[in-house]
Amino acid sequence: MRSWIATHPVVAFLVVFAIFPYLVPYKALATQVLIYGLFALGFNLLYGYTGLLSFGHAAYWGLGAYGTGIALAKLKVGSLWLGLAAGLGLAAAGGAVIGFFCLRRRGIYFAMLTLAFAQLLYFVGFHLADWTGGDDGLRGITLPPLALPGVTIPLDTSLAFYYFALALVATAVAALKRILDSPFGAVLQAIRENSERASACGYDTSRVKLLSFVFSALFAGLAGSLDALRLNVVPIESLYWTTSGQVVIMTLLGGAGTFFGPFVGAATFLVLEDRLAVFTESWPLVVGAIFMAFVLFLPKGIWGTLLARLGP
Amino acid sequence: MAELTLATLAAQAFTGLVLGMILVLLAIGLSLIFGLMTVVNFAHGSLYMLGAYLGFFLIGYTKSFWLALVVAPLLVGALGFGIERFLVRPLYGRSIDDPLLLTFGLSLVMVETVRLIWGKIGLTLDPPRELAGAVNLGFTYFPLYRLFVIGVTVVVLVALFVFLEKTNVGLIIRAGSRDPLMVKALGFDLGRVWLLVFGIGTALAGLAGILAGPMRGVYAEMGVTIIIESFVVVVVGGMGSLVGAIVAGIAIGEVVSLTTLFAPKFAEIMVFIVMALVLLVRPSGLFGESGLME
Repeated sequence: MRSWIATHPVVAFLVVFAIFPYLVPYKALATQVLIYGLFALGFNLLYGYTGLLSFGHAAYWGLGAYGTGIALAKLKVGSLWLGLAAGLGLAAAGGAVIGFFCLRRRGIYFAMLTLAFAQLLYFVGFHLADWTGGDDGLRGITLPPLALPGVTIPLDTSLAFYYFALALVATAVAALKRILDSPFGAVLQAIRENSERASACGYDTSRVKLLSFVFSALFAGLAGSLDALRLNVVPIESLYWTTSGQVVIMTLLGGAGTFFGPFVGAATFLVLEDRLAVFTESWPLVVGAIFMAFVLFLPKGIWGTLLARLGP
Repeated sequence: MAELTLATLAAQAFTGLVLGMILVLLAIGLSLIFGLMTVVNFAHGSLYMLGAYLGFFLIGYTKSFWLALVVAPLLVGALGFGIERFLVRPLYGRSIDDPLLLTFGLSLVMVETVRLIWGKIGLTLDPPRELAGAVNLGFTYFPLYRLFVIGVTVVVLVALFVFLEKTNVGLIIRAGSRDPLMVKALGFDLGRVWLLVFGIGTALAGLAGILAGPMRGVYAEMGVTIIIESFVVVVVGGMGSLVGAIVAGIAIGEVVSLTTLFAPKFAEIMVFIVMALVLLVRPSGLFGESGLME
């Protein structure tokens, strides 16, 4: 059973998430887990598999969200696919440019630089109010129906949107599986273990890192794009450092460097937030303390620890 | 926009210098801690914030700004001892990212704790009566308190320089940042040196916080923007270089201040453009890749 899941993670993913909306208290939470899980999946490709800690993934989430939002609300493209493409294009372009700058410095500088560039985008988004709505957020995004060859499906119910998102997220999960299984994926993990050695083996590590950065930005961008469609609005906080922090927490809670850790972490974080917010406004205090405890005592995260307990 | 004269320009440059001083105090603490133990202290901004809040509390309690100015940084430094000893120390030997992640969590906890204690609304911190008003600098009037901030920072920097360059402990700190293994082999207890340096660095953040309070207001998120700007200073100046932190801190302060004068909307953005340019031209920062004091 376990080895079958390990070799067919995409099928396992689809089975679990096909029934997931019926397992959680309300459907909106299921969609959120899916979207934030994808966001964490993208972050995990860079941190968990390539060993590069980004503290600025809000940038690509936000670029994806604003790309889709601006295409639909301002440019009135009227097509779901074009809207998604705009978000993905913007996120990938942003990832390529920012990645180029951040990868000029190694090690710990990388985290600080990604944070700084994300903050730069936040200020740009804040001041470009004609396009982004500035402080009020980008409003007036209408969700176009899903146009497939031969059929047009409206996505106006939350369940319809959930399964539409599931189709896209499952595609992304399959793409990640494909990336990790490829020779390129092996080089990524070699860089994580020992960057110098990978480069001594003749791999162009800076190119591989940049590619990993762009892929990671693409996943995060798709997640942001889906979130803009889910909410019909892009709040300015999408680009704020708190969003970057959230994805770091989710991934670490679930288990960095594990395939399903990001989804486990996203679900844990969102359920925690949902439950705690009922009792106290200071829920970030509790989440922060739990996060610290994980860094100190459970660095493999929930999923990673579970896998280690179960043995090989 | 007010008419642009040499006097307004000079006044704005002075304001930039004051902001630069705050950034220097923060960046030097970050740089010292990083130089010795390769720990990036994400909670540095929150300790800055805590310095301002403790300052507010102590002024209310003791009615003396001067006492608060001394005690608040010491309290923050003492908390720094605790952070190093109980939270950061277990992480030595693990990935270089782990202390950064931990202190990120800590900063969330600190911001929320401060909100619980002092409320969500920002506070105002008044400069002491002795430092109210403005002085005539010849070309312009300038708030006395801001001159005082520049003075305090210069004194602290000189003291720090003397401590690191002329004392035995300073020698061990500098040696420890070059080759910790050798220092250990010579029989010095590096654990105590780490504790001390973490305490000094965090106390400097606390000092920056109480100094900045009367100028920039006291609120729970005050550490966030400034920690990102301090990171930029460290990147521009070169991590581990104290001279770099000073030069880059003042430069970034001036960039913010002067851009505010000409194009207010670009003030926050210019900081990052300068950083990107430095990265293109000199990826290791202006003074990077040299020892702690060079």
